[in-house]
Amino acid sequence: MGSHQDTVGARIGMWLFLYTEIMLFGGLFVLYGAYYRIHAVEFIGTGQELDMVLGCVNTVILLVSSFFVAASVTAVRRNSTKGAMAFLAGAVLLGGLFLLNKYFEWGHKFHLGIYPGSPGLGESPPGRIVFYGLYFTITGLHAFHIVMGMVLLIVCIAMTGLGRIQKERFLLLENCGLYWHLVDLIWIFIFPLFYLIL
Amino acid sequence: MDPHIQSYKKLGGVLGVLLVLTAITVGVSRLDLGSLSLWVAMVIAGMKSALVLLFFMHLKYESWLIRGSFLMTIGVLALFIGFMFWDVAFR
Repeated sequence: MGSHQDTVGARIGMWLFLYTEIMLFGGLFVLYGAYYRIHAVEFIGTGQELDMVLGCVNTVILLVSSFFVAASVTAVRRNSTKGAMAFLAGAVLLGGLFLLNKYFEWGHKFHLGIYPGSPGLGESPPGRIVFYGLYFTITGLHAFHIVMGMVLLIVCIAMTGLGRIQKERFLLLENCGLYWHLVDLIWIFIFPLFYLIL
Repeated sequence: MDPHIQSYKKLGGVLGVLLVLTAITVGVSRLDLGSLSLWVAMVIAGMKSALVLLFFMHLKYESWLIRGSFLMTIGVLALFIGFMFWDVAFR
């Protein structure tokens, strides 16, 4: 365990997994692009119904949380166990805050009668139905990834506390960190595509 | 063991640039650029993701195998997106 060869192999394995994630969301973005070409006017009109401020806040939350996770790797490598655990706890808290915002955002939309298959949405023009379909699918799948990322970060906090992640052995933290950064990366594209289009 | 421990200062600097780019993309989206606005937003998102990849995900310090296979993945995705627009444009 912990030999140089293992480290390289585990990293390649993690990146291969990340490629499948990129293609998963990439496929959905291709779908977005195709429908944008067809329903550009309705996409732009519907995009303005989303709360841009909430989208901005969630973008800042994820960027800062990504910084915390990157900083936790630096802390572990500098032998600061407490620092690493604090950074990771900060990232988990920010992930929770992100989900809380999503809860209010989706809740508000449900309150307005906007959810997949809702009667009110069914009477809308096709572009608006497709936009909300993509919105709920993509942000829902992304929120699920946030939940999984938070679980992984909590495991990393525990492993750091138990001394299983430390200065000479931090591969698990690095790989879980890569996952969290990827989830942030996907949001970097979701944010302008849904919240900023004009 | 690779010697690339990234300082807090450097990581914080990357975060600062990411936040500035977020502010820029929000500001630009309020201007009326027509069909150009989506492309401007995508270019800024591309710059932001490059920063996350290079520094937070330390792709800058990875082996050629990971860097090469990553670029190949993005290349395949770009091909998909390109063919999709090509297809939709000529219907």
